[in-house]
Amino acid sequence: MEKGFSPVGLRVLVVDDDPTWLKILEKMLKKCSYEGSLLLFLCFYTLGVHLLNFLCFCFNPLAVTTCGLAREALRLLRERKDGFDIVISDVNMPDMDGFKLLEHVGLELDLPVIMMSVDGETSRVMKGVQHGACDYLLKPIRMKELKIIWQHVLRKKLQEVRDIEGCCYDVGADWFTQAQFLGGGEDVSFGKKRKDFDFEKKLFQDESDQSSSSKKARVVWSYELHQKFVNAVNQIGCDHKAGPKKILDLMNIPWLTRENVASHLQKYRLYLSRLEKGKEIKCYSGGVKNMDSPPKDAEINSGHQSPGKSSSYAFLKATETDPKQLAPASVSDPTSGVHMPPKAKKTRIGYDPPNSSGVFDSLLPWNDVPDPLESKPPILYENSFLQQQPLPSQSSYVANSAPSLMQEEMKPSYVNEDEFLMPQDKNSTVILQDMDLSAPFSSNATSNTDSIPGSLNWELPEAHHSGSLDTDLDFTWLHGEHFFANSGLQNFQFQDYTSSTSLLSEPPPHLWYGNDRLPDPDEYTLMVDQGLFIS
Amino acid sequence: MQRQVALIKQSLFDQGYLDEQFVELEELQDDANPNFVEEVATLYFKDSARLISNIEQALERGSFDFNRLDNYMHQFKGSSTSIGASKVKTECTMFREYCRVGNAEGCLRTFKQLKKEHATLRKKLEQYFQLARQAGPKETARRPK
Repeated sequence: MEKGFSPVGLRVLVVDDDPTWLKILEKMLKKCSYEGSLLLFLCFYTLGVHLLNFLCFCFNPLAVTTCGLAREALRLLRERKDGFDIVISDVNMPDMDGFKLLEHVGLELDLPVIMMSVDGETSRVMKGVQHGACDYLLKPIRMKELKIIWQHVLRKKLQEVRDIEGCCYDVGADWFTQAQFLGGGEDVSFGKKRKDFDFEKKLFQDESDQSSSSKKARVVWSYELHQKFVNAVNQIGCDHKAGPKKILDLMNIPWLTRENVASHLQKYRLYLSRLEKGKEIKCYSGGVKNMDSPPKDAEINSGHQSPGKSSSYAFLKATETDPKQLAPASVSDPTSGVHMPPKAKKTRIGYDPPNSSGVFDSLLPWNDVPDPLESKPPILYENSFLQQQPLPSQSSYVANSAPSLMQEEMKPSYVNEDEFLMPQDKNSTVILQDMDLSAPFSSNATSNTDSIPGSLNWELPEAHHSGSLDTDLDFTWLHGEHFFANSGLQNFQFQDYTSSTSLLSEPPPHLWYGNDRLPDPDEYTLMVDQGLFIS
Repeated sequence: MQRQVALIKQSLFDQGYLDEQFVELEELQDDANPNFVEEVATLYFKDSARLISNIEQALERGSFDFNRLDNYMHQFKGSSTSIGASKVKTECTMFREYCRVGNAEGCLRTFKQLKKEHATLRKKLEQYFQLARQAGPKETARRPK
């Protein structure tokens, strides 16, 4: 929790393609903010002064932002990291599946997301839970359901602080329970467990510990960071053996804590398991066909690596972005998997679509590069890859190597799916975005299919991609949506990526963007998941 | 006049054109947004007209892509719940059911009915809002019995 009071109320982002509901929700949320404050006031007296910061949110009017497009929402979220506290999103949106958005937000930004829909079928609700939603509201939505959303934010913040500080506190007082009780006793834990912790201890620690700010607690898993993570995991091998401590040691990042790794590992595993399921069904169907369109640049060499490549490869690719060339330099390949040196060029490698297991082909939308991507960028992990039609992107992807490629490549064609805006964030955190997944398509696709069925093992199918591809793909699907959508944006994304961390040693991912092949929203999500991890 | 407005509104509820949601909207109306309900209704009718034409086009094509039709209808249904358009919502549900079993004839029939209900509601609400405006600003947010 931050010390001091935050003058701003809870910042909510509402995403829904229905303008009528957007208007209604905005009004409802604004009304909530005033009515909820008394309750919170009671809470904080009970819970202690350290909660005051958070509770201050509640005293202040909610800051509501509405958005009619999922892509736009993602862009906003990425641009203003830490600019929102919670996201409420509809499940059915034309430009992007709500679940995909949910995953993006959850993995990249770790914000609580509430899903809503007119459809309350159990399977849909379960899907929401699986994808990490904090809650699932049925339309028409009632005021009382919105009044308790602050509880989700609070829980998340507590988790963050815990993660950051790396300690598990015994619970002296289950203050959260108290808060809930005060808040009306609604059970907001939607599948999440409340962890107990020694609140008082935390309080004292917070005071002396700089890092205990809830606001900054969030660790952003940038592409590079994620790549490192994946590499480490792959190095360790079977995911059962991969424990957070080991991974942390391998990653060798001083500021990262075991808890950060542990929570990320959990998400990653979930992601993989989802992929696997999807892969089994879809994978291989697409066939790596996508890759066949020869990248403009031809160099993309086939980076595709042997299917055996670990997923890390995929990630690696991302880091490698070597805009100039697709050259898979980085290819660090799939074989080594683990070591794709950040420096490794990401070159598009991988895009050698046909090379990699056919899987990629289908996945790699970028194949077509020049043409509008209609299919989504090949997401490595997801089946979607397979499904993706060879996107022009591939070619474009290749082209990416050329610096300008990216942008061009990105071409609007990809945009077809456009939905995804490429986040421009510069931050390293943006995992995929930077990576300009555009290229990755190829890689992802292939690798996924192969490996997916295999297991949760860390290797992501993408291994197949050639160095270049993978990276591209990684990006692609991660953000899949993002970058594809904007041909123009793509460039940015990469930039950020590179600039952000050292991991990316190389050329800005923009190149990758070119490939924006946006994967099908549905498929994409899966891929994205991976992508997130990948990057 | 206010009583007249109240009666009209009551009849809308009694006849099943509107449900609880409409009341919720009225409760959201306040000094900051004195015409909130009417604005929402206007927005709904504008947007739903678009959705209806999408569905119409899809049906005219004759290919009966039930998945796509279902998607459209899902959107439409979600939208209709926003103002509490009860009868319209019922038709939506029926339409989706026909989609689920692949009954094209049923879809067409239901869609016609749906359009009728939609048009009726629109007319009635327009009339209601007009009267309400004439009656004066106080006439709002009165819970139906």
